[in-house]
Amino acid sequence: MKSAPRVPVLKTYKQFIGGAFPRSESGRSFVLEDAKGRPIANVCQGSRKDFRDAAVKARAALEDWSARSGYNRAQILYRLAELVEGRSDQLVAELKQQGATAAAARTEVERTTDLLIYYAGWGDKYQQIFSTVNPVASPHFVFSVPEPAGVVALIAPDEGALLGLVAALCPIVVGGNAVIALASESKPLSSITFSEVCAAGDVPPGVINILTGFRKELLPHIAGHMDVNAVVYCGDDPSERKTVETEASRNVKRVIVTGAGGEDPYRIMETQEVKTTWHPVGF
Amino acid sequence: MSVVSVERKSAPEPAWTYAPAPESADPGIRKRYGLFVNGEFVAPADGKYRTIVNPANEQPLCKVAEGSAADVDRAVKAARQAYTRVWSKMPARERGKYVFRIARLLQERSREFAAAESKNGGKPIRESRDTDIPLAIAHFFYYAGWADKLDFAFPGMRAKPLGVCGQVIPWNFPLLMAAWKLAPALATGNTCVLKPAETTPVTALKLAEIIQMADLPPGVVNIVPGGRPTGQAVVEHPGVDKIAFTGSTAVGKWIMKALAGSSKRYTLELGGKAANIIFEDAAIDQAVEGIINAIFFNQGHVCCAGSRLLVQEGVAGSLIEKLQSRMNHLIVGDPLDKNTDVGAINSKEQLEKIDRYLVIGQEEGATMWQSECPLPQHGYYVRPTLFTNVSQSHRIAQEEIFGPVLAIQTFRTAEEAITKANNTPYGLSGGVWTDKGAKIFKVTRSLKAGVIWANTFNKFDPSSPFGGYKESGMGREGGWHGLAPYVRLERV
Repeated sequence: MKSAPRVPVLKTYKQFIGGAFPRSESGRSFVLEDAKGRPIANVCQGSRKDFRDAAVKARAALEDWSARSGYNRAQILYRLAELVEGRSDQLVAELKQQGATAAAARTEVERTTDLLIYYAGWGDKYQQIFSTVNPVASPHFVFSVPEPAGVVALIAPDEGALLGLVAALCPIVVGGNAVIALASESKPLSSITFSEVCAAGDVPPGVINILTGFRKELLPHIAGHMDVNAVVYCGDDPSERKTVETEASRNVKRVIVTGAGGEDPYRIMETQEVKTTWHPVGF
Repeated sequence: MSVVSVERKSAPEPAWTYAPAPESADPGIRKRYGLFVNGEFVAPADGKYRTIVNPANEQPLCKVAEGSAADVDRAVKAARQAYTRVWSKMPARERGKYVFRIARLLQERSREFAAAESKNGGKPIRESRDTDIPLAIAHFFYYAGWADKLDFAFPGMRAKPLGVCGQVIPWNFPLLMAAWKLAPALATGNTCVLKPAETTPVTALKLAEIIQMADLPPGVVNIVPGGRPTGQAVVEHPGVDKIAFTGSTAVGKWIMKALAGSSKRYTLELGGKAANIIFEDAAIDQAVEGIINAIFFNQGHVCCAGSRLLVQEGVAGSLIEKLQSRMNHLIVGDPLDKNTDVGAINSKEQLEKIDRYLVIGQEEGATMWQSECPLPQHGYYVRPTLFTNVSQSHRIAQEEIFGPVLAIQTFRTAEEAITKANNTPYGLSGGVWTDKGAKIFKVTRSLKAGVIWANTFNKFDPSSPFGGYKESGMGREGGWHGLAPYVRLERV
């Protein structure tokens, strides 16, 4: 007797907030379609409240994450690379579903893995590259070190569904910040799968939060949030940029407008503050 | 609420009097200054001049051109031309030599500049002589040396200048702020349009004389004095590539909005409400001196002033008593007298603002105590003031007063001190006083502020970066970190 064909299990794509996978509190979702207009998945349409919830989780996670050693943060990023490698078939399949060719999808996943390893290695090195001991003219020992800016909002690039997000995320996270990322609007699936990688890895809950939804709707709320210290905007839309920069002025947020990320330690410094400490020298 | 009351205030101290010791150097202030554009002093387009007042006696000091949007435009064009034709093409070593010249020429005339600074801004001559002017000179000298070493500054990258920098500076450290802005910009190959504060343009215009004497190519530095509309014209001018601003957080936010959507870069050095934390195991007498320096230096017109004092409960009573005694010995008066500790408030407007906060503090329930010193009959002065019974929500504990007014709170544990210190939208500076090294590092790492002084306060050096977290601004000035805001990095 021939058995009935097995029905595949479809995946529910949810947001990643504080280490959990809730749907949008708003109950909204939108249908993601492939190039031929066939529905691929329902995706959460994240709300302003989802962002605020994520900001609370990120703030709560910040103290522990920023106090961890660079060595520890490096190992956690490295672990993410291991997990991405292990899930590469799934990630490739998803990229293809969202329109990439097989070869491009494979390359993107490989580059994502390599970039995670690249930034993992900076975890305990960028501090030395960007710190100074200052030769002041008075009898003081004075040094300046980078410290994480705090809670960082990331508007991920629309292109490069996986690599774009991870390339922008790595320099923020390795530097001890907590991040709330708004995934690519047109290709959000890989971001959600990446968040599963984060949950399976040792990233503490709240350090990486990933929302899906509509940029135009969420941008002003993200950039205007009073408990976010910096916003990294990956894009080149002049009106979006103006919105981000205008709203950011409310609490003097650092605004970083940037393109596709790559191997660049200076990107780490974009979401760092520099703290200078003075100590008298003498008895 | 602080449990400390000021009832235990010490008996009046014996009045110490000193014979006057006035600074004798001629400040060399002209009767009238034009704008400094393209290497020359020129008349403003609409012929308007502002009367500059000596805040120590309310007498007019000189007249200074009030730059209009047309004047700013002229200055930006001169700066652009100087950038493309001369400054960006000049070998870095030669560029550096010009900046060195400025430092050396200033050094030769430092006494004159100190007298002018005190006369225009009201700060004690001891401070302008020993702090403002020497630090300004040191800044030029420090950054001059960077000009031909930029290839070694950013590993893997080549540093390119940005172009024309618009720089808007405040009235509390007029020449020093001009130096903080101009020195790194020039050394990295940019040209500048500088707008001094409306009440304190004198030393910037005297610096223009130095720049002429140094024979800087015309247009490399342009100085356009004026009020807020002049600053606005600089910020909004489409020919400016980068804005550097030092001033209030409110104006900083306005600048961010004004620049939103443009490709101009900006750095902001804004307000502060620094906590100065005194632990029980601190050397209390030294700490008292540190508190005095933290809040009364430059009449408290200091963005990084230690305007909130957090004292551990066990020593609060005795420390406040010593502090009051010390405050009673502060000499408030003629800025040009070498005995003066606290000079004149910079302007009538600022005096009124401080006075408003004295009323607000009392209305909100805090207890005010002021030193008993005599004040001059004319001019703008405030007695050194402290408030006790201050709670975290009081406006005098939250808002920047920018005057000689100290808000005192107490704490029990280090954690409480850190929480209170960080409970502010600002994050410019902070202080910690303790004899225990490990505690210093724990606390300084926990404070969310850009500059932390341990067992000292209000120390500055050109080799040391300065700038804030949160609403105290972004970017750093000074040191290696201070180069970054003035360069574009390209991969080698």
